[in-house]
Amino acid sequence: MTLDRLLFGDNQFFGINHMSEEKARAQAMQFQDTSAIIGVLDAALDEGVRTFMCTTHDRIADICDHMRANPARYQDFRFYPCMPYAHKYANAVTEYGMIGAALHFMPDEGLFKTALRGASSLASKDIEGILKILVDVEMKMFRGLNTPVIFLQNVIVDLILGMDMTEVFTIFHDHVRKKYGAEPGYITMNMPRLYQALTAVGIENPIICSNINKIGFRTCGGLAAYEATLRDGKLRAIAMSIFASGAIPPREAIQWLSTLPNLDGIVFGASSRRNIAATKALVDEYFGVAA
Amino acid sequence: MSKNLVKLAVVGLGKMGLSHFSIANAHPHTDVVACDASGFLLDGIAKYSGRPAFRDFDEMLAKEPLDAMIIATPSRLHAPMVRKALERGIHVFCEKPFCLDWHESEALTELAAERGLISQVGYHYRYVGAFQEMKRIIDAGALGQITHVLAEAYGPVVLRPKGTTWRTDRAEGGGCLYDYAAHPINLLNWYFGEPSGAAGTLLNAIFSTDTDDEVYSTLTWENGPSAHLSVNWSDESYRKMSTKITMTGTNGRLYADRQECQLYLRDASPALSGYSQGWNVRYTTDLTKAVDFYLRGEEYSAQIDDFVAAVLDGGTTVNDFASATATDRTIALMLADRDSMPTRSRAAPLVARKRAWFGR
Repeated sequence: MTLDRLLFGDNQFFGINHMSEEKARAQAMQFQDTSAIIGVLDAALDEGVRTFMCTTHDRIADICDHMRANPARYQDFRFYPCMPYAHKYANAVTEYGMIGAALHFMPDEGLFKTALRGASSLASKDIEGILKILVDVEMKMFRGLNTPVIFLQNVIVDLILGMDMTEVFTIFHDHVRKKYGAEPGYITMNMPRLYQALTAVGIENPIICSNINKIGFRTCGGLAAYEATLRDGKLRAIAMSIFASGAIPPREAIQWLSTLPNLDGIVFGASSRRNIAATKALVDEYFGVAA
Repeated sequence: MSKNLVKLAVVGLGKMGLSHFSIANAHPHTDVVACDASGFLLDGIAKYSGRPAFRDFDEMLAKEPLDAMIIATPSRLHAPMVRKALERGIHVFCEKPFCLDWHESEALTELAAERGLISQVGYHYRYVGAFQEMKRIIDAGALGQITHVLAEAYGPVVLRPKGTTWRTDRAEGGGCLYDYAAHPINLLNWYFGEPSGAAGTLLNAIFSTDTDDEVYSTLTWENGPSAHLSVNWSDESYRKMSTKITMTGTNGRLYADRQECQLYLRDASPALSGYSQGWNVRYTTDLTKAVDFYLRGEEYSAQIDDFVAAVLDGGTTVNDFASATATDRTIALMLADRDSMPTRSRAAPLVARKRAWFGR
């Protein structure tokens, strides 16, 4: 499959801003009402940005409902879900403990939960089973919608990567392909290292989304290693944090990206039609108008 | 220890322990072993990562020739485990809070010093660029005489009256005081040393039955500033933990959180380069040093990098046991203040419970 070149991100909708907590809060207020989010997504769609790369935040479920209710309007719209919404789990771990948190997010019915509760040490060896169920739980909100790529969030990817439990990626890989007919993707803050690890467990031409920006903000392992991986590796690379939270002016940021070898996609966030159009125009200018 | 490789155990694979395990294991100069009493994840680690994994702490000590150890067990278990490790000549990184009884903190600080061992406690905010910049600005004297500080932390941890783990039980070293408030207190200790007094301390339960969910206190330093501490971990309006410090001095005002550092200067200070009269803002993109492996914030990686470097090369760390003991004593000062006052508090009393080693 071919990735869309320009992907729309969701940080701005959920009070995530790596520059300023004040700005993050102002954005959270601006998008308090889901219709405000839908308004911006509609603007993106009208500007030709049809792919929404979004966290499996509870509020995305409302957006999914809206899309299902208006199939004609959104027939070309696609989601790239990114799971899990980590803070939901992290806070639950403090509240319920490790096993309690896992149980908390399991479907209420089902043998697995009963087994986990009854004989936790035995059942908990089954990381494969737990991972598949958690993916299915997160995917529920997207039923009937177009999800050609399903991402694992960086907190989980990098946790597994650091622990050298890289075979776990193959569980995700196989499940996403078999059950959802989708392409698995990986978000990371350690792109060169992740690429090596995925290749080592036989995952070929992976979709990897990572920070790629001119000032090297959060490009761990060094920007030079990122550029070398893009040049020499066989992967489908998506750049995020392209403006480094506003530290790089848009034109400079996108001009620089256009000089990189083998960049497949760019994810960006914006809160207004004007900014979406401006970014789209810059990308068209430097990368050529998409077919 | 081979010249370039630290044999390092990570003990306790809860939320912090797992993160430490991942970061430490990704470090190029470590050989990592895991230990946790629960089978949850331990079997997974053995199966997938191939690292040695132990369910029994003493068995691990007997079998593995360890150079260093990261202890991330429930807080109540810190003191006995740290002692055992130090007595075997093992360098120790311990999660915060250090010890629930500051007398033990002092004794362990002495023991580590006697043995010449590296000690560190996981107060990671000292590795956040904006808070480091705040320290640089204070130490340069740019604010003039600092008169007052507001130290805050808010987040959405306990939002309803259910669920109990060691983290929601103060006798186990859980609760808003130890889990959240310890961070801004530790930053205050870093900036100003130990306070001489605490007044008006409130530790209130909001939803919890066994611990506090909100912590307020006024701290004072002799011939120094006063500080208001305001901490609440039952605040859903925050997406995740947010720690922020604001201070006012005769020459300006300074604010920092994880993302940015804002400084208003009445007059530019010759001792502080790069800042001019009026408003100055520095962002995390500017202030943060890159790390080789990133999991959940540069600060978590940087503190482990520092610990490993200190073990390999000697030297000290910014969060040694002595500095964490200051925080434990400050917490004790606040608890004593709370106990001395006939204020109405919704907090439940401290009740010690019998638990196994790991208390799960």
